[in-house]
Amino acid sequence: MTTGIPNDDSVASKAMLKTTSLCEAHKKLGARMVDFGGWEMPVLYTNQVEEHHAVREAAGLFDVSHMGEIEVKGPDAESLLQKVVTKDVEPMEDGQVILAVLCQEDGGILDDLTVYKFNTEHYLLVVNAGTAQGDYEWIQKHGEGMDAEVVNTSEDVTKIDIQGPNAQGILQELTETNLDEIQRYYFAEIQVDGIDMIVSRSGYTGEDGFELYLPNQHAEQVWDALLEKGGPKGLVPCGLGSRDTLRTECGMMLYGHDIDCEHTPIEAVYGWTVSWEKDFIGKEALREQKEEGLKRKLVGFEMIDRGIAREHYPILINGEIVGEVTSGTPSPSLKTNIGMGYIRYDFRKSGTEIDIDIRGRPTRAKIVKLPFYTPAYKR
Amino acid sequence: MTNVQDGLHYTEEHEWVKIDGDTATVGISDHAQELLTDIVFVELPNVGDAVEQGKPACVVESVKSVSDVYAPIGGEISEVNAELESAPELVNNDAFGAGWIFKLSGVSADELGTLMDAAAYREFIANESH
Repeated sequence: MTTGIPNDDSVASKAMLKTTSLCEAHKKLGARMVDFGGWEMPVLYTNQVEEHHAVREAAGLFDVSHMGEIEVKGPDAESLLQKVVTKDVEPMEDGQVILAVLCQEDGGILDDLTVYKFNTEHYLLVVNAGTAQGDYEWIQKHGEGMDAEVVNTSEDVTKIDIQGPNAQGILQELTETNLDEIQRYYFAEIQVDGIDMIVSRSGYTGEDGFELYLPNQHAEQVWDALLEKGGPKGLVPCGLGSRDTLRTECGMMLYGHDIDCEHTPIEAVYGWTVSWEKDFIGKEALREQKEEGLKRKLVGFEMIDRGIAREHYPILINGEIVGEVTSGTPSPSLKTNIGMGYIRYDFRKSGTEIDIDIRGRPTRAKIVKLPFYTPAYKR
Repeated sequence: MTNVQDGLHYTEEHEWVKIDGDTATVGISDHAQELLTDIVFVELPNVGDAVEQGKPACVVESVKSVSDVYAPIGGEISEVNAELESAPELVNNDAFGAGWIFKLSGVSADELGTLMDAAAYREFIANESH
């Protein structure tokens, strides 16, 4: 038997991996560490499916410090953001968080990111790990001649997500700020366990929850405090394995899998992040693509026959390849096998029956509306 | 604690094989199921197919991964554990018993020479995890 987990247990190569400030804490908890895009990260602590259910039913704690943070400051900060991200940031309130996309000139997705607005002269961008340096260079290049400073603070920031219906109750025990005051997709600068940090009500799991940004030197203290307070409320540490099944159930795309620079926001399910009434890099290409008509579209599907679709498996209709799977997994919450993939545009409609080529065996599935799992939080 | 059952032969890819005359029963080891964690799907081979030693015979999937199961010795698939179709977790719960995957007929004891006994396999997985 060979495991299909990339670099699983490749102890020899781990010496070269980047680590977060919580690496030792994970090992103490007995996590299984894997190479995740050059980072030594916990894929699971005890059991991926149990960790998944903990987030849906109680709460889960994730170290996602591998993700990148880029600050944009200065009088032209807003203009620079307007230029590089697809979504109009002008209507944003101070303290608001939005999801947006960074596009190349040809409309290809450089990254998807969240934008935190402190004020019109100060924004924080939270970006994917593997794309952070490229994003930083891209934004800096396009800010040349503008009065805006672009700083990559990724190495200094620990990011901890606490997610699930009990997340607020647990976090509330460690802060004097009334967390009811932080609405979904808003953030505040508050103290948790006596440490100053940024806390937003947001996440990547489809549950209510918070994302915490704090200086590395306090990472272990805050992590341990949350686990201690949260234990009686069902909080468990969760690895990237459960993070992946949780996000897939919600139809949330993962960079490098469902989206990349070969695909545009409108081919993906990111059309809603595109503000057509303002200018941004890539807009002309997107407009052209829209006018000419899309050739493919990212859709969700559910397996009808027994079998699990996996990334890169071909999608067939009447034996002809019409697309490719980008994410596929058993769904612990829905007890079905689900996936996403790009399919020829004329076949995109919900209800269309397709076959997934599972190792040479066409296996019946059908296109369904995203998300598979309806997020539990209130808007 | 990882269980390694005496009396079986093991491969470096963590399959086990139990010989009974000229037939053999094949599964994956307890250590293998621990590595995979939640087994959610077993793609069984077809009865009657010939398999060669060291070649992929079937597939075991966890939530996260797809893994080939290699034939520890050559032979013809004589029986498959159809219970795994509805209860793949048997491989997790009882890797050396109810979680067996397929049986082979027409096997040759000559091919066993390349496999490990339980003591050697214990040592092998101890070294592998350091």
